[in-house]
This record gives sequence, structure tokens and C-alpha cells, in this order.
Amino acid sequence: MAAELKVYARSNLRSREGFFFTLIFPIILILLFGAIFSGGGVSQTTVYVQNHDSGPVSVMFLSALNSTSNNCSPNTSTGLCLKSVPASQNFSAYLSSQSASDGIVIPSGFSASFEAGQQVNVTLFGNPASTTSAIVSGITREVVNAFNLHGKPVLGVSSRTAVSSSYKYIDFLIPGLIGFAALTSPMFALVNISSTYRRDKVFKLLSLTPLTKTEWLLSKIIWYTCTTVISFILMSLVGVEAFGAHIALNWGIGIFLVIGPFFFVSLGMLVGTISNSPESAAVVGNLVTFPMMFLSGTFFPVASMPMYLQGVAHVLPLYYMIDGLNNVMIYQNYGPALFDGGLLVVLSVIVFALAVRFFRWRED
Amino acid sequence: MPAIEVDGLEKSYGQLKAVDGISFSVQKGEVFSLLGPNGAGKTTTIEILEGLRQQDGGKASVLDYDPWTKGYDLHKRIGVIPQGFKFLDYPTPKEAIAYYGALFGKKVDPEEMLRRVILEDAANIWFQNLSGGQKQKLGMALSLVNDPEVVFLDEPTTGLDPQARRAVWEVIRKLKNEGRTVMLTTHYLEEAEELADRVAIMNHGKIVAMGKTEEIETKYGSGTKMIVKGKEDLLKFLKENTKLHAEGNDGTVTIYLRDKEDALVALGAIEESGADWGDLTVKRDSLEDVFLKLVGPEGKAEKEGE
Repeated sequence: MAAELKVYARSNLRSREGFFFTLIFPIILILLFGAIFSGGGVSQTTVYVQNHDSGPVSVMFLSALNSTSNNCSPNTSTGLCLKSVPASQNFSAYLSSQSASDGIVIPSGFSASFEAGQQVNVTLFGNPASTTSAIVSGITREVVNAFNLHGKPVLGVSSRTAVSSSYKYIDFLIPGLIGFAALTSPMFALVNISSTYRRDKVFKLLSLTPLTKTEWLLSKIIWYTCTTVISFILMSLVGVEAFGAHIALNWGIGIFLVIGPFFFVSLGMLVGTISNSPESAAVVGNLVTFPMMFLSGTFFPVASMPMYLQGVAHVLPLYYMIDGLNNVMIYQNYGPALFDGGLLVVLSVIVFALAVRFFRWRED
Repeated sequence: MPAIEVDGLEKSYGQLKAVDGISFSVQKGEVFSLLGPNGAGKTTTIEILEGLRQQDGGKASVLDYDPWTKGYDLHKRIGVIPQGFKFLDYPTPKEAIAYYGALFGKKVDPEEMLRRVILEDAANIWFQNLSGGQKQKLGMALSLVNDPEVVFLDEPTTGLDPQARRAVWEVIRKLKNEGRTVMLTTHYLEEAEELADRVAIMNHGKIVAMGKTEEIETKYGSGTKMIVKGKEDLLKFLKENTKLHAEGNDGTVTIYLRDKEDALVALGAIEESGADWGDLTVKRDSLEDVFLKLVGPEGKAEKEGE
């Protein structure tokens, strides 16, 4: 058994993929998660606030919330950074227009009710799947408790979501999961087949037929578009049946279900083409895929990450896909969704052109 | 006009000259074999003719097309089985032939194609589960889907057992009977002897001999030999009493015969010598003997079963 262990360990570490998953991948994981969740990196959380009350208690309440971030000071790394929304605006609609989910509404008569010892609630808007909402909720309730301790315990918090009171946790997860499916399946598949087909000379064989490189790649894009749509349908069906999810079907979803696979198939092909062997292609593919998976808002909202990681997220294509899906599925915010989609189209065309350019069908 | 013409062809990889100024032509309907040890330049040559590699110098022409610049048009008229043929894992032979037919825009009957290559029993087996011989046969079937005028076969029987090899030979003979031009590379001497109308022996990027196998044997061989089991005394008698050229080695005496008269003289001398002698055979230099002579001891010939 010892001899078998020795030979297997040696073989595993000599293979690039084995070396990557044994030694490099754990480091990537800790770096990513450490950066996302490190205490020193927690960013200020932006919260939209609408005050329907003109009394002193509401002003003190907002001042207490603002002081958690020292009035949004860039030198303070934690706390809530308040952005005021005019009282005349429809608050839910305003949050949606900003693709934001965190907000606080102070009702009219807040100060009078508090001074009279009557129960009054602030309304807390949030996204049950978001860590930023958890932060906002925690800080707001701390301030409410502090007020209750110094006066009569009449202040309360009522919670709702910006988009609809019937939206659930699962509804906020689905856009990220669709993005995850659109990334992983074509990316891993194309990295693998583009390098193994080259090694096995299948591309050489195909180059002897009338099939062109572009036709071959487009057929893969069509296939993975179909599989992404199937994934979406299956996820939606299970989400609705098992968890009571709400899926608002609209044309915007269709656009991202097409552009996403187009981009990731092209990217997977490019990575596989520029790598020397299937092993190194797998390593490069993993190096590209895993950081993108964790930093684009698939599992953790980008807004909850340190500022420097948010900057990184904004250069990742998956971020725009998930952001776009959030805009069309959750917030019905089509302007930003068009921007996300347009950017993805441009990136897709560039990467597709590069993939076709560097994809060697023949030897020379 | 020949089906294939090569003139001063050159291809280098860094310092290594894989193809070093070779010239030959292949007539329509001919089976032409490039024979040589591993690393001789056979695959590089055939891949240049298939349009998969670009030559560094010289000219190549297949059916009057430049293979590199006119590959798209040429590929509609040629069939190719590359070295170590591999295909996608999951299509069955029937599906693979239908796929190729669709790519070439040809209506093919997959069952009939499979019958031609004696693969009908494996029509519905996934490619990855086929035996080596079955995979090669599928490769042959795919190379015929577009009804090619010229078929290129790069070491089509490497790694196959003798039975599978014979089966592939049968298919190649059928191609010739159908009037197709076949160019095949091999390092199996028997394969070249059995199948080829003409052979070119390649070594270190050059053609060292070319022609029909009998012509090569005559031109480059040592002629006819009489080999008899005998010792020093027999050899001595022959040298002292005849004008024959004889050599002794390890209990065997080899007598080189220029003509029939030499044969009669040798037989008479052996009888007259009174020395002990045993088995007697008469043979000509085979292609293997010539091959070893031309290629050198490092370019070891491969016999079937080696």
C-alpha cells in the first residue's frame, strides 16, 4: 500500500492539474475568500433613506445611522453610508431604478409617535440573499435598540423587499446561479475539447472536410446556448415547485441566455487554443474560471466586497451577466441591463474573433 | 498527368531537415508506398501532400492543386486516414459516416459503406468501444465518403494484429481495383511488397531507392545466392577450385551466383569436395535485405509480428 501511495502521489503532483488542485487551488481559495471577508476590507454599505417626518427624532435617528460611517468618510471602512431619496419619490421604484435593494423609510409622524410613547416602525428594505442587507439590518436594529433604551421601547422595524413583498430568498439566488451555469459548463468543456482534439488530431481530421473553424465554433455556441436555456428552465421549474420561486419571464432573460454562452464558449476556446497541452489548458481554465466565479456576484454580492475587489469585479464579464440578469429578473431595470448586455456583446465579438484567429485547424 | 507530383520537396523543423529535397510522381490508379523507418520523413511528406503542412521549398501538386493554398478544393477530391486515426468518442460508425456525408454534401448509405470496409457488425458501437482494427476500418470508410480520386493512408495498419492487418489490406486492394490512386506510408516491408505497385524507400528525409520491388531488389541487392550448411573445409575447396565468390559465416557457406552456370558449378564443387554439407537454399536479396543495406543497422526493418 505504501508503494502504491508513493507512485500515485508522485504521478498526481507531476501532472499539472494534480499540482494545481493540490497546491495552488487551496491558496486561491483562501486568498479569494480572505479578501472577500477580511475584516479590514468590509466596505461601507450604501443605504437609500427616505424621511417622511420633519421632526427632531427622525433627524437624530438618521444622524445616528450616519455616524456609523462617520458621514461616509473615505477613511472609515465600515458602517452605513446614507443616500437621501426625496419624499415625493416612490421609494420601491427608486431602489429598483438604482438596482439597489437596501433602504430605510421613516414614516410621517415618527417623531411625534416616539415622543408620545406610541409604537412606530421604520421600514427596512432588503434582499434576503444579500450580506449587505444583513449588515444594514444589523446596524439599523442596533440604533433602534439604542433609541428604545434611552426612551420608551416603542421603536420597531418592519422588513420588506424592494421589488415585491412576495419575492423570496430563492428568487434572488437564481440570477447568480444562471450566470454560474452559463460560465462553468461551456468554459470547462471548451477548454478540454479544444486542447484534447488538438492532441488527438481530431482537428486535423476535420480540417480535411469542408467544415470551417468558424462553423465548428458557432455550432458549439448554439449547443451551449441550448444547454444554458435548458438549465434555466430546469432551475426555474425546481425553484418554483420546490421553493415557491417567482420567475418573471421577459425578453431580457433571453438576451443574456444567448450572450453568456456566446462569450464563455469563445473564451474557453481561446484558453484551450493558446495552451500547449490539455493539462496546461485545464490549469489555465481553472485559473480563469474560479476567481471569476467567486468575484462576480454569483454567491456574494459585489457591494459587500472590499473596494479593490469591487474594482476587480467590474472587469469580469460574468459580473455584467449576473448584473444584467438581476436587472431584468429582479429590478426590471432595463436601462442598466441594456448596458450590461451591450458590453457583453462587444466582449463576445472580440473574444470570438481572437478564438477563431488563434485556433489552428492545421499544423502550420 | 500524374495524380501526385513532388519536385525537390523540403521541410525543416529548426535544425532538423525532415524532408530533404525529394522528388517523385504517382500515376493515376497506382498504389505507391513510402517505406522507411520511424523519423524518415514519411508522415511529413504525406501531410504536405494532404495540405496539412506547408513545405519550406520545392513543389507539391495533387490532382493539379497546390495542397496548401488550394486545400479546401483539394479535400473534396481526396480521402485521408491520418496516422493513429482517432475520432470523437461517442458517435457510432453509422453516425460517423452520416456526419461525414453531411459535411461533404454527399448522400451516402452508411450500411453500404460499412459493408465495403467489412465493418457492418459494429455499425452501432460507440467509437471509443471499437477495437483498433475496427477503428482503422472506420477511418477507411470515412476517407471514402466523398468518393475520392486519391486516397492517402498514413501507416494504416500500425498496432493492428495480423488478422486485422490482412483485413485492411483487402480493403486497400479493393481501392486499387476501383481505379483509385493510393499513396500509403508504412514501415512494414511485407505491407509494401504486398500492396504497392512501386515503393520509395526514405531515410533521413531523402529517397534512397525507388521503383518496383523487384527492380529495387535487383538494382540494390547482391543478386542470387546459394546458401549451404558447411564448414571451413567446404569453403576452402570452393575458393581453391572454382572462380566463385564465396563467404563463410557460422557454419554456413554463401556462394554468390552471377548466372545459371555458376549454380551448376557450385553444385558440382560441393559434391566433389567430399566435405560435410547440409541444407541448401537458393535465394535472392529480399526487400528487407536491400532495405537494411540502404537504411543501415539503426533503421531496423519491421517484420510482421515484431
